[in-house]
Amino acid sequence: MADDLDMLRASIEAAIAEAADPRALDAVRVAALGKSGEVTALLKGLGALPPEERKARGAQVNVLKGEIERALENRRVTLEAFALDARLAAERMDVSLPPRPFAPTGPEAGSIHPISRTMEELIALFGAMGFAVAEGPDIEGDWHNFSALNIPEHHPARQDHDTFYLTAPPSAEGGAGRRPVLRTHTSPVQIRTMLTQEPPIRVIVPGRTWRADHDATHSPMFHQVEGLVIGRDIHMGHLKGTLIDFLRAFFGIADLPVRFRSSYFPFTEPSMEVDIGWSRKTGELGQGGDWLEILGSGMVHPKVLANCGLDPRVWQGFAFGMGIERITMLKHGIPDLRPFYEADLRWLRHYATSPLSPFTLHDAA
Amino acid sequence: MKFTLSWLRDHLETEATLEQILATLNTIGLEVEGVEDRAAALAPFRVAYVVEAEQHPNADRLRALKVDVGDGTLRSVVCGAPNARAGMKGVAALPGAFVPGTGITLKAGEIRGVKSEAMMLSSREMGLGDDHNGIVELPEDAPVGTPYAEYAGLGDPVIEISVTPNRGDALAVRGVARDLAAAGLGTLKPWSPEPLAPAYPTPLEWVIEDPRACIQVLGRAIRGVTNGPSPQWMQDRLTAIGLRPINALVDITNYFTFDLGRPLHVFDVAKVKGRTLTMRLGREGDEYLALNGKTYRPTPEDIVIADEAGVESLAAIIGGESTGCDETTREVFIECALFDPVRIALTGRRHGVHSDARARNERGLDPAAQRAMLEAATRMVMQLCGGEPSTVTEAGAEPAWQREATLRFERIAGLGGSGVPPEAAVNSLERLGFSVLAHDAAEVTVAVPSWRNDIASSRSAYRAGGTELTQEPGIDPARARAAAEGADAVEAECDLLEEVLRLEGLNAIPAVSLPAEGRLPLPSLTPRQSRAALARRVLASRGLQEAVTFGFTARATASFFGETPESLRVENPIAADLDQMRPTPVATLLQAAGRNAARGYPDVSLFEVGASYAAPTPEGQLATAAGLRLGRTPRHWSEAQRAFDALDAKGDALAVLLSLGLSPAALSVTTDAPGYYHPGRSGVLRSGPKLPLARFGELHPRVLSALGIDGPAVAFEVLLDSVPEPKRKNKAAPDLAAFQPVRRDLAFLVDSTVQADALLRAARNAERNLLAEVSLFDRYAGDRLPEGKVSLALEVVLQPRERTLTDAEIEAAIAKIVAAVTKATGATLRG
Repeated sequence: MADDLDMLRASIEAAIAEAADPRALDAVRVAALGKSGEVTALLKGLGALPPEERKARGAQVNVLKGEIERALENRRVTLEAFALDARLAAERMDVSLPPRPFAPTGPEAGSIHPISRTMEELIALFGAMGFAVAEGPDIEGDWHNFSALNIPEHHPARQDHDTFYLTAPPSAEGGAGRRPVLRTHTSPVQIRTMLTQEPPIRVIVPGRTWRADHDATHSPMFHQVEGLVIGRDIHMGHLKGTLIDFLRAFFGIADLPVRFRSSYFPFTEPSMEVDIGWSRKTGELGQGGDWLEILGSGMVHPKVLANCGLDPRVWQGFAFGMGIERITMLKHGIPDLRPFYEADLRWLRHYATSPLSPFTLHDAA
Repeated sequence: MKFTLSWLRDHLETEATLEQILATLNTIGLEVEGVEDRAAALAPFRVAYVVEAEQHPNADRLRALKVDVGDGTLRSVVCGAPNARAGMKGVAALPGAFVPGTGITLKAGEIRGVKSEAMMLSSREMGLGDDHNGIVELPEDAPVGTPYAEYAGLGDPVIEISVTPNRGDALAVRGVARDLAAAGLGTLKPWSPEPLAPAYPTPLEWVIEDPRACIQVLGRAIRGVTNGPSPQWMQDRLTAIGLRPINALVDITNYFTFDLGRPLHVFDVAKVKGRTLTMRLGREGDEYLALNGKTYRPTPEDIVIADEAGVESLAAIIGGESTGCDETTREVFIECALFDPVRIALTGRRHGVHSDARARNERGLDPAAQRAMLEAATRMVMQLCGGEPSTVTEAGAEPAWQREATLRFERIAGLGGSGVPPEAAVNSLERLGFSVLAHDAAEVTVAVPSWRNDIASSRSAYRAGGTELTQEPGIDPARARAAAEGADAVEAECDLLEEVLRLEGLNAIPAVSLPAEGRLPLPSLTPRQSRAALARRVLASRGLQEAVTFGFTARATASFFGETPESLRVENPIAADLDQMRPTPVATLLQAAGRNAARGYPDVSLFEVGASYAAPTPEGQLATAAGLRLGRTPRHWSEAQRAFDALDAKGDALAVLLSLGLSPAALSVTTDAPGYYHPGRSGVLRSGPKLPLARFGELHPRVLSALGIDGPAVAFEVLLDSVPEPKRKNKAAPDLAAFQPVRRDLAFLVDSTVQADALLRAARNAERNLLAEVSLFDRYAGDRLPEGKVSLALEVVLQPRERTLTDAEIEAAIAKIVAAVTKATGATLRG
């Protein structure tokens, strides 16, 4: 490139670097690229050159113009960042001051999400039956989520789970079989409980669960409650009694019809699905002669017990699982699943409950 | 799994009604998904004969027909169909009939002066297809007046059941019939195809190259076949369950898949290269074009069937195009094979193929029925396509599937809670095909039928869906061994018990409430677990709405709120913007607040109790009570509306911490909140100088603008897992001093960079004995003060304990406090 252009570039770039605020920077831009700027003048002057010189010179001047434009833009971004930092520094406040008192009323009052409300009810009702709450992580290894629950890699049931996998680290801890997944059910907490707690066991596990399914009736994240009871002589009659007691108390219908159907889950045997009576036409629970599937259950499979070190000749028990959103929608007549996760203030205010009305056994349903 | 009622009756001799059949299916674990009664919609339509057809006098394109619908009267019908002509048979609807394709209920009328007393129907008008080129034409022998649904074989209800993964045997109409018969709904019809005498030697031989590839395979050719369309009854059944009829040979394999649960494959002998068909594992370079039009590349883990030209099919999953049967096939070769179900399951998953053949093979076939199935298939081919059979070629051997299982009758009540008597239990098992080997008062030992791969599966050499123990390695070895032995001892018994209860009825088991362990149960929540509920109540009572947001978000969004390690990336996200676990719930709450603002609700206060994800380990998933306030405080006559600020968020966080049992005096504030907070308007609440318990502050303007949200917005996060559990000890007796407290207000002038907290702490530490309380009640910064200074006013409360203080003692204490504050902060007392 011609020396004169190099010099011009050096001087303009120096001016850009010196510009301390947007106004100064704009002045540099005008002096270089404005109507009568130095670079503009060079471009205008091209016409006077002989054609063979014009092409080479024109290209050089355009390169210079591009470089200056970029330098101006870079400086502008830097100055903006400086300005923001300066503003933020000036905006410093004393965050050690005591906060204000705060007591909102009326529409501004806060509220508890229906899912949390149902969880509270579950904890209170099962708590009255002697259940404690157990918890576990959302991100599980596939051993806890599947293998230990008698669902091996090749099992057809594994595909039905629409599992979200997390990117496995190159040298996965614990080797194969511990691939990280977002738990597809709360059942892995059964495993965690049986591995850390000596029977007898009575726990429920409310929590978040995840499946790769997203439509009007499925959300990729949802909530389940799991139940696990282990003892020496717990049998299917107890499973039925527990679920009937719970369902009637939760829905507040003393004679709610409950039906048990044989089914299959890899982690229970015998397995049962449970239906409650309702009317398909009106959506009303407890009458109408139709049946609505509401949960899955069964006697804990001997292999699941053995995977956790419990001898199935000594210990036996039952497990069940149900969707928290589902029973919440049924109980309160909420028609649509998706708004549960949209945090729309209007929906929250409509369906949520007051923080000052905690659930007690006396106000069941 | 779908089938029709008449199909079921091919296998089941029964008097039961459809309703009884459906109810029984539901109880025995073959859940009914739906019943489609196609005849109902077609009920009003009759086979009709067109007696006359004349040009309509007043319309070029219409014809005036005289139609006989079998009731002895000729009806006048105006019809626009080009194929309407005298002497044809079709389908007619009379006035009052609802025509599904048009959505109209038919009325008698007059069209351009000619009466129309019925309607001749097209396929589309009946809702049976898309054909609307003309009215339906029926064969000459169609009986006039017969309901069309009956004539067309559509009067057969289609039942759909969902078959659980353990019940491969119920993926067959015969298997369903067997279960229903066992449940007392009739008798299973006998089925035992006799072997055929071969007419010629088989043109193809089976070779199993690798024992892992195939357990047993049989094959036989039939020459001289004519492969036209399959008969109407077969086409009707296949269509009813959603399959497309192709040609007789292919239809027979599909029919067998559903009728007997036996996937078969047919090769066109003329298209097979060489004289052998080989079962082997896939090799480098294998490739074939499947019947679904896709090309597959088998891996060394997959089973393939190959001829001399290469791979012909992915065994038991999907056949190949090159050797498939079509109308030109004259000699067909039937494959009837048994594979390792686990290998089939993994191959199917690897290649993402869902086929009816795979579903049955991976659940397990009847390993003892190989020969009978081949004979039955041969007979059906000969019946529908003619021809003569070859000898049978075979390789491999029937696996040792035979096994026993024992049920101790005590377990019926002990585990099942059921009162089913032993005799009834034995009876149920026998009806299901179990044969009694030994039987006494205490227990029964039975042989498991060959088709029930799910029962006592660990003891079979042919294992479908079989599972292995996978014990946690940390368990004490002796304990683990006892547990493993226990599982081995009772698993098969559980299988039998399930069969008995499923047939005898779960609803007959008496429900028993769980025995109470005491009059009142122990608390169901530990103190640590009750934190979440407490945090919810505190935050909601401070005016925040509880939200539940997704735990994952877009990676770009997450990156504004901290690290986005690869280990927290979702490998198979359901949407591109849900691919990274959130570093904090603040990220998803901010997005939620933005959505509310976009809906016209710009003032948003939300909170969520959920996980912040720092690592995929259990310890890396931190329970967090997080909140976000966007916009302005509520409008109220008593107070000016203002934007939320960092102190509001601090108040929220503090309220949670105090509710969890921390005392304000134990907390300090540092100004090193993470980078997504405003550096000058944020802080970290710590217990003592070190342990961070909460962060709060205004969010960084760069984060807001990157997410397109008009700020300011403030947020907080209480790290619930870090909050120490309050010690369980009795409180000391309260200090109820008998003497009047003394209150003094002290106003200090101090550099605006000094934290108010520093003054409070200095005051508190200066006079521990006398000082009961110290609080900040005023802050002033303005014109009347020197540049860079603020005035902070403290109220101190002195509490004498032994006697009333003298003025001198009070002044001395105050002076001590002032001196301490000055020394610590450079503040001076204002006059």
